[in-house]
Amino acid sequence: MSEQLLNIEHLSVSFKTYAGTMHAVRDVSFTLDEGETLAIVGESGCGKTVTSKSIMGLLPKQNSIISPESKITFMGRQMIGLSEKEMAEVRGRDISMIFQDPMTSLNPTMKVGEQIAESILIHHKVSKDEAMKKALEMLELVRIPNAKQRMKQYPFEFSGGMRQRAMIAVALVCKPKILIADEPTTALDVTIQAQIMELIGELKKELNMGVILVTHDLGVVASVADSIQVMYAGKVVEYGKSREVFYSPKHPYTLALLKSVPRLSTENKDVLYSLKGTPPDLIVPPDGCPFAARCEYGMNLCRRVNPQYTVFSETQKASCWLHDERADRSGLPESMFGGNI
Amino acid sequence: MAENKEKQVLIEVKNLKKYFKVGKNKTLKAVDDVSFKIYKGETLGIVGESGCGKTTCGKTVMGLYPATSGQVLFNGVDIHSLSKSEKKDFTKKAQIIFQDPYSSLNPRMTVGDIIGEGIDIHHICKGEEREKRIFELLQIVGLNKEHASRFPHEFSGGQRQRIGIARALAIEPEFIVCDEPISALDVSIQAQVVNLLIELQKKKGLTYMFIAHDLSMVKHISDRVSVMYLGSMVEYTTSNELYKEPLHPYTKALMSSIPIPDPDEEAEKKRIPIEGEIPSPINPKPGCKFASRCKYATDRCRSEQPQLLEVIPDHYVACHKIASEYNL
Amino acid sequence: MENTNNIIQKDAIEFMPDDFERIGTKGISAEKLSKPSLTYWADVWRRFRSNKMALAGLIILILIVFTLYVGPLLSGQDYQYINYEIADQLPSAQHWFGTDEMGRDIFTRVCYGGRISILIGLCCTLVMFVIGSLLGALAGFKGGFVDDIIMRICEFIGNLPYLVIVIILSLVLGRSMFSLVLAMSLTSWVGTTRMVRGQILQIKEQDFVQAATALGANTNRIILKHLLPNTLGIIMVDITMSVPGFIFSESFLSYVGLGVRPPETSWGAIASSAQQNLMFYPHELFFPCLMIVLTVMAFHFIGDGLSDALDPKLRD
Repeated sequence: MSEQLLNIEHLSVSFKTYAGTMHAVRDVSFTLDEGETLAIVGESGCGKTVTSKSIMGLLPKQNSIISPESKITFMGRQMIGLSEKEMAEVRGRDISMIFQDPMTSLNPTMKVGEQIAESILIHHKVSKDEAMKKALEMLELVRIPNAKQRMKQYPFEFSGGMRQRAMIAVALVCKPKILIADEPTTALDVTIQAQIMELIGELKKELNMGVILVTHDLGVVASVADSIQVMYAGKVVEYGKSREVFYSPKHPYTLALLKSVPRLSTENKDVLYSLKGTPPDLIVPPDGCPFAARCEYGMNLCRRVNPQYTVFSETQKASCWLHDERADRSGLPESMFGGNI
Repeated sequence: MAENKEKQVLIEVKNLKKYFKVGKNKTLKAVDDVSFKIYKGETLGIVGESGCGKTTCGKTVMGLYPATSGQVLFNGVDIHSLSKSEKKDFTKKAQIIFQDPYSSLNPRMTVGDIIGEGIDIHHICKGEEREKRIFELLQIVGLNKEHASRFPHEFSGGQRQRIGIARALAIEPEFIVCDEPISALDVSIQAQVVNLLIELQKKKGLTYMFIAHDLSMVKHISDRVSVMYLGSMVEYTTSNELYKEPLHPYTKALMSSIPIPDPDEEAEKKRIPIEGEIPSPINPKPGCKFASRCKYATDRCRSEQPQLLEVIPDHYVACHKIASEYNL
Repeated sequence: MENTNNIIQKDAIEFMPDDFERIGTKGISAEKLSKPSLTYWADVWRRFRSNKMALAGLIILILIVFTLYVGPLLSGQDYQYINYEIADQLPSAQHWFGTDEMGRDIFTRVCYGGRISILIGLCCTLVMFVIGSLLGALAGFKGGFVDDIIMRICEFIGNLPYLVIVIILSLVLGRSMFSLVLAMSLTSWVGTTRMVRGQILQIKEQDFVQAATALGANTNRIILKHLLPNTLGIIMVDITMSVPGFIFSESFLSYVGLGVRPPETSWGAIASSAQQNLMFYPHELFFPCLMIVLTVMAFHFIGDGLSDALDPKLRD
């Protein structure tokens, strides 16, 4: 049994805006084990980035509110309420994050090697030479060719894919327990995307860390994710092992996400399955199920009452009224109700 | 290229080149000798990684950039040699949809005015009629009247992209260049936009040039697909043929890196890795441009640029290895 | 926080008979925008308002302008009336700011002088804004040859010694408000031109400008409808920050005797004549200076508030 790294319970985050309070994350709970890759999947604005930022303690102080019943426990330690100084120690050493845009997250005026070394110098008492040596090892680990020369170059001399590798090197140089990757490949080309995903997968095994992969594209995570958490309008609508979610999705939203990706095998110019409209405004979250306004299987009840989780296996759960035995299940795939696979 | 008798050629691009001077003795060859035809009512997909010149190609075809050399024939007339008033007439026939739904709408104009801009410029209609037309267009793209008085920043990415489509449709063009219209959108929203484009094509007989880096979407929407690499076309054929039998090593690698939303297939799939990254298009080396990353590259590939040859009827490839395999 | 903690007990729900009837997405539009519509300027005003200093600046400025125009009516004094018998008096109920060495009421003089000072500031800013933004937009949009010529002119004018020009102009045209405005605005538009040009160069690359070109829009339309409205924010900040600069310059020129000619007066001119008596009657210098400082500060606060309110990065 691998050790549990992170336990999040009832996390709720809201933001103050001019139009009112926006409930960005609403009662989210999940855990992450050592060596596990958890994918958080959802559309922009579903709360996936806010969730990962609250783990890192990177929410803007002036307008964000974490509700009092929220708990983020990292290896037995309560993370909410840590001082900025304590949080800074954790960041980079225990939990690291990489972002979508590698250009803006690297310092353009510092040599890449120095940036990686700096991350070591912050957290460990080592000499600068030692730190530079470690930085070089790290650049080689993330498979940057000619690492020695590359150490002395500036970020603008790197291409997009190389920059993302350098960013990963900065994040992993202190061998953190958890890596949070927020849309790490969205800005990259498909061929580079595949390389980076492979790299993250390999490094995870090598360093035995937990990885949280935040993305809007289910296709990207198929090869790497162990568990998948589908978020919609600030809530977790489905959670399960990768195979469970891909082969027997239990929530119509997950189903829609899976169906809207065209396969090479689909016929040309057929109408693709598409979700109409856009996610609800989280300043006035709907009373019932947040997905009701876009769900073609929606019922009267859905608009009134938010469904609780139905548990399908030790690992899979989803919140949807269709699992009530009184619901009309016509037109829905068998696998949605089949229980175990 | 083989003439297709029943189909009418709307756009013919002949040896199009677009170079940018980027310093002393430095030329960025964004589009380097590209030729293709787009048939009326069809979609030509252009695929390639960022920096391969696909966007520049689309904008040069639209006349937004002057061509360095070569021709773009629209109904037989070269659009780069038009007079000012002819050019204005051309803008009524050809339109463009942009990649970034945030920078493509003027933040100081209402959605109604953004959509109505083409109507105003070409004096199509005025007053109440103009308003009616704008409401109609909003309806076509799935929005409603109330949205006309709103500002772009109030909309989500997918909604903005549909506003961009409505703006392009306002002057009833025949031809639309879609420059990566979906790559900035969430997967669930991409389908919305692609469905809308396909539906409009069926209804109005529109012709598209669909530029993207997402092969699965391109395959879905296109009749023909052209694969570009570093300013050159490496493969050009019908979309079914391309996905059934990709020939060029680059196309093969590109196709194998499409992520499949299926863990089992993904585990079985053999990805053909491409070493390194796309080289700089500034002063490219002679020979095949893919040679530096191609595992089959020979000395000939590094010195002589392969021609785009028809190896199978209607299937063009620019590769020495493939050409010799088909005895050409 | 009801929304955050809705673990519903199944048996606690009262089910309706039609609860399990499938209705799909009928009757609701998922395209609804629930936030109230907010125009760009309404949004800017909302953020400007939340900045206390900026709001204070605006209120001070309004009060000052109000005083300048209504003050003389209330004080009942004439700003040109000379009466040596009451020269150099301290502030009193009759003369609120006291009198100067010729017995003129300082409060009324400060009011009249302030009108001129602010008017000169506004005129110069207007000239600067019109010339600067049009030339800047043209240079930025056209590029190439046009850009080169405009930028060379800018460099030439920017390098002229400004004081020498003012002196020459006041010699040629005589000392008047017109020559003062002309001299000050002749050189000031250079900065605005450069700034607008830089902005336009940035905005020009945005897709919506290309979209307009693709729709067949001509140069005029693109500059007036697409480029300038999007630089307006920055220009506004530049304007509010320039007015105090001109007020300062005018004060300085009047102080050294190159400003408006008596009997017209301005804050600088009042201060200038008061400095001879500084040792004995400091209040004569204090009041015009206080007004200059207050006005300049108010403009700066407003400018700061505006630049924050207009910054797209700070939008929430």
